[in-house]
Amino acid sequence: MPGTITDEIEIIDAGRGGGTDVPAGGDDEGEGSGGSPGIPQRAYFTVIQLGLAGIIMFFMALTSSFLVRKGLGNDWVAFNFPRILWLNTLILLASSITIQIARRHLRGDEKVAFKQWWSVTTGLGILFLAGQFIAWRQLAGQGVFLVTNPSSSFFYVLTAAHGLHLFGGILALLYVSYRNWQRSRISQATATDVASIYWHCMDGLWIFLFALLYLGR
Amino acid sequence: MVTHDSGGHHHPPSGFIRKYIFSLDHKVIGLQYYFLALFSVFLGMALSMLMRIHLVWPNLKLPFTPGGLMTPEQYLALMTMHGSIMVFMVLTTAPQSGFGNYILPIQIGAEDMAFPVLNMLSFWTTFVSLVVVVSAFFVTGGAPISGWTAYPPLSALGQIAGPGQGAGQTLWVIGVAIFCIGSLLGALNFITTTVDLRAKGMTLGRMPLTVWAWLVTAILGLLAFGVLLAACLLLLLDRIAGTSFFIPGGLVVTDTPIVSHTGGSPLLWQHLFWFFGHPEVYIAILPGMGVASHVLSTFSRKPVFGYKAMVGALGAIGFLGFCVWGHHMFISGMSPYSAFAFSLLTMTIGVPSAIKTFNWLGTLWGGSIHFTTSMMFGLGFVSLFVTGGLSGLFLAQPSIDLYLHDTYFVVAHFHLIMGVAAIFGIFAATYFWFPKMFGRMLNETIGKIHFWFTFIGVYSIFMPMHFLGLAGHPRRYADTTGVNFLGPLHPVHYFITMAAMITITAQLIFLFNFFYSMKAGQKASENPWNATTLEWSIPSPPPFDNFAGHIPVVYRGPYEFSVPGATDDYIPQHLTPEKVGKAH
Repeated sequence: MPGTITDEIEIIDAGRGGGTDVPAGGDDEGEGSGGSPGIPQRAYFTVIQLGLAGIIMFFMALTSSFLVRKGLGNDWVAFNFPRILWLNTLILLASSITIQIARRHLRGDEKVAFKQWWSVTTGLGILFLAGQFIAWRQLAGQGVFLVTNPSSSFFYVLTAAHGLHLFGGILALLYVSYRNWQRSRISQATATDVASIYWHCMDGLWIFLFALLYLGR
Repeated sequence: MVTHDSGGHHHPPSGFIRKYIFSLDHKVIGLQYYFLALFSVFLGMALSMLMRIHLVWPNLKLPFTPGGLMTPEQYLALMTMHGSIMVFMVLTTAPQSGFGNYILPIQIGAEDMAFPVLNMLSFWTTFVSLVVVVSAFFVTGGAPISGWTAYPPLSALGQIAGPGQGAGQTLWVIGVAIFCIGSLLGALNFITTTVDLRAKGMTLGRMPLTVWAWLVTAILGLLAFGVLLAACLLLLLDRIAGTSFFIPGGLVVTDTPIVSHTGGSPLLWQHLFWFFGHPEVYIAILPGMGVASHVLSTFSRKPVFGYKAMVGALGAIGFLGFCVWGHHMFISGMSPYSAFAFSLLTMTIGVPSAIKTFNWLGTLWGGSIHFTTSMMFGLGFVSLFVTGGLSGLFLAQPSIDLYLHDTYFVVAHFHLIMGVAAIFGIFAATYFWFPKMFGRMLNETIGKIHFWFTFIGVYSIFMPMHFLGLAGHPRRYADTTGVNFLGPLHPVHYFITMAAMITITAQLIFLFNFFYSMKAGQKASENPWNATTLEWSIPSPPPFDNFAGHIPVVYRGPYEFSVPGATDDYIPQHLTPEKVGKAH
């Protein structure tokens, strides 16, 4: 119903829509258009959380498929779980620790130490992907390929999909390492935090997938 | 107007490519989506026309078929592509990505989407997906024949399953997967923009219902398209790598045993597909609900009746949309207990739907109604939503669905509710926002002629289909002349085809009005409808950064019409309290 003219006038500041954040300014990717307006840094946190929700739905769909396919079919055959996956898991867990150490150094304004630990994290990420590749080679060496059995099909699909997402994480880490923050809409602190959130989630996702593949194989 | 500087003022791009092709401006991207949908809808209609002609004159020689006569497989290919193009490229793009992109940032007082580069990528990803899907027509074997739902094993076996099931079906799967990625990127942008870029004073409770509808739709898209992407990935692997996710063992296709696959589950695809597919129905219709609420209020000169209930109903429909996918699978042999649960949940959707309908009528009640073309399409939306929704209650009951599932009754139901109702939402939006987008008015007289042709036309096409379905007429039959019990129904088909021809031809009236008015229509003022929301506070068409660097402050809700004591019968959201009551 029509309100009176004055009843809501005092409620001007609006929660997250308050618009009180000072925009970061600068241009968008420094491209020719002259760029787009500044946006509050919190938008980057929003978008990473939403993106992770979408990614989780994707992996939940694959997980459901795994469980349904295993439950309904009578052709499921377990394969020898590549041992290197245990090592890879440790490497990824370690990278979550190193990324936290790096962030602490950034907060303490110790730029050099930050850069070092950040690079260690990136290196561990690359090492993990290399380890996953070795696991594939080991399976192939046993004659276990994508089409061999639904168990191996899911193994390859899930590890590849996770690897692809983790590769995106590595690109994000490299972006943080090499970005010129003077020309950027996103601040270094935000980019570091957002990349870390994503990294931890890809780590957690791997633990989940590892458990699924190990227990469900 | 009280403003505060946004701080990050930016300049328009120069050069044709940055301005119109790889533009970062949400308004240009919105129009790109709109024109993509406009192209697609005429393509989709042309395909349906060919199908309707074939159903009535199966022996008519058509120029594009090699032997002159259309084969049943070609009919199925037309049907598949009609459905896929309409659902993905029209109903998902125009109401959400098209109008949402153009209007949402302005309505919440933002200069652009949160991530313009991502926004551009969303559009071009969608464009690539359209090209890939349509290219299925031009490869060996032609377009796929497995319908827009692509049920395996038909969709998974490859060439052996029929013409179009080779390269055509592969392109379809890849194209739809690309579409999922584009939609996911778009959803991220829509939600972030709505959550974080609202102008000062634009509280959640002051957002126009259009914004609420786009927000809920984006959330549905974010949660649903990832599932379809996963399903497409598995289907693609079944097709090209030889896995057996969806293909069972022991299949024999045209006397050829399929020995390379074992143990897959076609039902698994149905679950994954419909877990996406049912929310997809709401992705198509929810923006139309937002637009209907918006124009009904504006042209009744009354606030939306029960604003909070409208928001709650949008959320409830969105949430329930994820709980009812099984009602598409009643005939799949599922447990009657599951079917009962899905049935109950499906009928529950009737509650928020009834709330919305009641509130639309409540908004109209006692209003000073202006029958603009936009309003008429808004009213048409409500009419079609009710008509299409009621048949949904029939189909929600497993025992009735058992009989009606593969008949024209279902075709009638979903065309009315998610096809035509959503299209009416698009038309209402087009007639409403055209002045803002192009700076000129659409011709109202031509618009009303277009409305009546379309309104009567779509009912003439789809109402008789209910009776075909009740009479047991199966869907997807290319030719019914050889089936005895369908013979007496032929005049109904004839009537439908005639109605379709007239209705489709009438869309040329719209096309003429659209392009003629864009060039020579009456100049539009800033606020030709005396509307309240922020897009009407800026010039038509809006400047590059919407508010010329001065973001408005919002002082009140979006539907302050006929406020007692005010001079005018509307109070814009951005008007300062001191100015209310004075002439403006």
